[in-house]
Amino acid sequence: MIRVVDRERGAMTAPDAATPPAKPDAAVRIEALSAWYGATQAVGEVSLELPRGAVTAIIGPSGCGKSTLLRCLNRMHETTPGARVAGQVFLDSLDIYWPGVDAVEVRSMVGMVFQKPNPFPMMSTYDNVAAGPRLRGWRMDRKKMDEVVERNLRRAALWDEVKDRLHRSGAALSGGQQQRLCIARALATDPSVLLMDEPASALDPNATYKIEELVRELSSEVTIVIVTHNMQQASRVSQRTAFMLAADDGVGRLVEFGRTDDIFTNPRDSRTEAYITGRFG
Amino acid sequence: MQLLLGIAAFGAAALLVIVLGYVIVRGAPALNRAFFTERPLPFGVEGGGVGPAVVGSVILSVLAGVLAIPIGIASAIFVTEFRSGRLAPAVRFAAELIAGLPSIVVGVFVWAFLVRGLIGNYAALAGAIALAIIMVPIVARTVEEVLRLVPQSLREAGLALGAPRWRVVLSIVLPTARAGIATAVILAVARAAGETAPLLLTALGNAFFSTDLLRPIAALPLQIYQYAASPYDDWHTKAWGASLVLVGVIAVLSLALRLAIRRGAR
Repeated sequence: MIRVVDRERGAMTAPDAATPPAKPDAAVRIEALSAWYGATQAVGEVSLELPRGAVTAIIGPSGCGKSTLLRCLNRMHETTPGARVAGQVFLDSLDIYWPGVDAVEVRSMVGMVFQKPNPFPMMSTYDNVAAGPRLRGWRMDRKKMDEVVERNLRRAALWDEVKDRLHRSGAALSGGQQQRLCIARALATDPSVLLMDEPASALDPNATYKIEELVRELSSEVTIVIVTHNMQQASRVSQRTAFMLAADDGVGRLVEFGRTDDIFTNPRDSRTEAYITGRFG
Repeated sequence: MQLLLGIAAFGAAALLVIVLGYVIVRGAPALNRAFFTERPLPFGVEGGGVGPAVVGSVILSVLAGVLAIPIGIASAIFVTEFRSGRLAPAVRFAAELIAGLPSIVVGVFVWAFLVRGLIGNYAALAGAIALAIIMVPIVARTVEEVLRLVPQSLREAGLALGAPRWRVVLSIVLPTARAGIATAVILAVARAAGETAPLLLTALGNAFFSTDLLRPIAALPLQIYQYAASPYDDWHTKAWGASLVLVGVIAVLSLALRLAIRRGAR
C-alpha cells in the first residue's frame, strides 16, 4: 500500500492495525519509499530493514539520493518546500507517515546530526545540549538539567574538553568539538534512532577518527544510520551497508543491502563491486 | 576606476560630515537648559524652546513603534518562515508598495480617515498611526533580509530536535538575528522620528505641553518647520537648535538600543 502523505498534522494515533508490525529486531523498516523535490524524483521505491542496536551505513556516489532517504526517516524531507514522500517508514511499529502522526513527534524520537556542524551560535555549550529538552517544553529543574547535559556530553566524548567552559559560546569550539556537541545535543532527548548525514565530511582526519570511535561506542545504546561517501568509513563503523545508485533517469535506488563484510568482500551486484573497488563515484 | 570609487566614497562621507557639522555649528548657540524645558514663546518674548516638541516626538515615536514593530516583525516572520503558501509573496509585494508610498500621501490618508473621520480633530494618535504606517514596511523588509541571513542549517537543527516550527522561530531564529532586528528597529524609528509631512496633517503641532493622545501634539520636525519658516533670525537659530536636538535624540536612541542588545547578548 502506498500513500502520498502531505504535510497535514494531527494528534498522534495508533498505527493501522492491519499493517504487520516490524520484526522485533528491526528498529526501522522502510517499505517502497519514494521521495520527490517538486516534479523531480530523488528516491525510488527503497525497501530496507535496519537492525536495532547496530550501525547501518548508506553509501553511494553524489546525487544517489542517500541523504534524501535519510531525511525521510525523521520526516525532515518534507520541510523542503515542494518535497513529497510516498511509501512507508516504521519506527518500531509506528508508521511515521500515517496521516494522524505528528511530524514533530516523529522528529523527537529520532536524532539527527548534519554534515556541517551546526551548534546554535548564540547559545553556550551547556545551552546547546539543553536545547532539545527545552525546545520541546520539557520541564526539569536545574539539577536534573545539569545531569542531562553532563551525561550527554560524556556520551559524546566531549565532557572532559568542555567541562570548564560550559557556559561559553559553543561556536568557540573546534570543528570536531562542534560536531560532537551536535551529537550530544541530538542525544539529549534520548532518541531511539540517530541519523548522521556525512557527519565527518567537513572534519580533519583526527576529528573524523574521534567521530567514528564515537559512532562505534554509541551503537550499543542507539540504532545509528550513517550516510557517507567514504567507503573506508562505512567499512570501519557499520555492521550493515546499503548501496544506492542513481539510474539514468536520475532516481536513486537501492542496489544492494547486506552485512558490511559481505558488501565489501563479496558483493553480489556488479555495480556494487565497481563502486567499492573505486571504478566510479 | 579605484580612484573614482574612492572619490565617490569620500564624497559621501564628506557630505555627512558637512551636514552634521553645519547643524552643530548653527544649532549649538541655541542650546541651553531653557531650550529643552520651555515651550515655544511668541516672537519678541525672551527665551522659549522645544520642550513640548521633544516630549511629543518621544511619545509619537514610541507609540508608532509599539504599533508598527510587532506587525513588521510578524510580517517578516510570516514571509520568511512560513512561505509554503501563496500569501507570502502577496504580503511582501504589499510591503514594497507601502514603502514606496510618499509620506504625504500617508498623511492625507490618515487625515481623511481619522482626523476628519473617527477621531474628529488633529490628534497625537493620528500622528502615531501615520508614522506607524511608514514604519511597518521598513521594519518588515529589513527584518526579512536579516532573517534570511540566519543559516538554514540552524532551522533544520531545531526542527530535527523535535521542536515545532513556531518554537524554532522564537527560540532559535529570532535570537540569532537579534542584532540585525535591533538595527532594523532603529532604522525605522529614526526614519519616523524625522518625518514631517504626515505629521502636518495629523498631529498638527502644539505650542503647549500635551500628553493627550486625542489632542494635537508637538513634534520636533514640526517645530523645526515652524521656526524655519518664520522671518525672524532668532527663530532661525532655534530651528537649527531643534535640528541638532532631533539628530541628538535619534543618536541617543540608537545608542541605547545597541547597548541594551549587547547587554542582552551576554
